[in-house]
Amino acid sequence: MSPVNTRPKSGGFVPRDRDWQPDALTPWYKTSVKRSPQAALLSFPTTLSEETSPVFGHGLLGKLDNDLILNYAKPGESAIGPRIIVHGRVLDEMGRGVPGALLEFWQANAGGRYRHKKESYQAALDPNFGGCGRTITAEDGSYEFRTIQPGPYPWPNGMNDWRPAHIHFSVFGHGFAQRLITQMYFEGDPHIPLCPIVGVLKSQEAIDALTAPLDLHHTVPMDSRAFKFDIVLRGQRQTYFENRKEGM
Amino acid sequence: MVQKLDNLRESPSQTAGPYVHIGCTPNFTGIDIYGADLGTVMKTGPVKGQEITITGIVYDGTGTPLRDAMIEIWQPDAAGLFPSANETRGTADPNFTGWGRSPGDMDTGEFRFETVKPGAVPWPDGRMQAPHITAWIVARGINIGLHTRIYFEDEAEANASDPILSRIEHQNRIPTLLAKKTGEGDYRFDIHLQGPHETIFFDM
Ligand SMILES: [Fe+2]
Repeated sequence: MSPVNTRPKSGGFVPRDRDWQPDALTPWYKTSVKRSPQAALLSFPTTLSEETSPVFGHGLLGKLDNDLILNYAKPGESAIGPRIIVHGRVLDEMGRGVPGALLEFWQANAGGRYRHKKESYQAALDPNFGGCGRTITAEDGSYEFRTIQPGPYPWPNGMNDWRPAHIHFSVFGHGFAQRLITQMYFEGDPHIPLCPIVGVLKSQEAIDALTAPLDLHHTVPMDSRAFKFDIVLRGQRQTYFENRKEGM
Repeated sequence: MVQKLDNLRESPSQTAGPYVHIGCTPNFTGIDIYGADLGTVMKTGPVKGQEITITGIVYDGTGTPLRDAMIEIWQPDAAGLFPSANETRGTADPNFTGWGRSPGDMDTGEFRFETVKPGAVPWPDGRMQAPHITAWIVARGINIGLHTRIYFEDEAEANASDPILSRIEHQNRIPTLLAKKTGEGDYRFDIHLQGPHETIFFDM
């Protein structure tokens, strides 16, 4: 078949840059010590098992899934805290928008308290805040959701360790090889350079990649501030010349 | 000087933390916003092939079960076809999602998947791989999600010619990738993050 006027085939995923990604063993983050594999990872090119991924349709989403201010609140009430919009794009390493990506996010409330059985911090629960939401990216890879800015919270590691305010993200792209969980931090938070979990990141550039700037252009005046957070997933090669048998 | 490459860097990973279940399986933690948790049901109707269950526990380097992990699996149907937009070889079983997610039992940490025995899938050069399931583990203390594969102890012939299994230098570690048959259609797959039985993890 002539390649003229046909789309190049999807190939394998670009290998993960393990010099950029955090190591498994980071002793200052104590829990990693007994939960980090010691043997070298076994490296292989991606196969169909990693180049495919489940499909999540927009029909999955409820109307308030991307609105943490309202999705757990009693009718007529809303969650307490600074109202913010988080928006951005999911891109791949080649800069292409990733449409149809499922994003799930979770966070503490404005006082730094999670709604969880095993959570013991004394900050009050907000009866109108559940702490989770989800959305699916549009054709250009863009997404947004509304929430309250979470508070910093103490955690048992060193004697006085505090997490910066953060939102956890779970991301599905188009291949299981792209599966990623990460955290978003907020511009200007003085806890960022002090946190042992941020400290697993290997460079200031990596910390910056997870720090969302205030984005005045996307604020809703007199209502909500906005923060921009782009997420980059592994790139998938697209070429006529992939080294594999026809039909694979 | 040369032109600039305009590639982006993958977002750095961060731990899922102790409360991953709030975001990914909220109903499991008592937060009812979405209805059912995603990934709890892999069979949405009568499925083709052999129905199986896979159970296991994730252990840390001291042999203690993790009770705050989340395990996901991804696999083809019984014919080796993926229910994915990227599947170009045919159409997968419409009653099979291929994807499962388990928070593990809150007290014991045991995860459980009700699925089907996967069919074989080709390696990029066209050789067939042994039937396997892709697994992904995240938890507090895990800085970047761990990929591994669940192969099947009772597929000895296919395992022997599998392109990955046959290339593993430390053949004595291969049993860490094999689900053990514990009954008709029942398999056990424990995951050891560290220690003498450390599971083989992949950089795919
Ligand atoms: Fe957190």
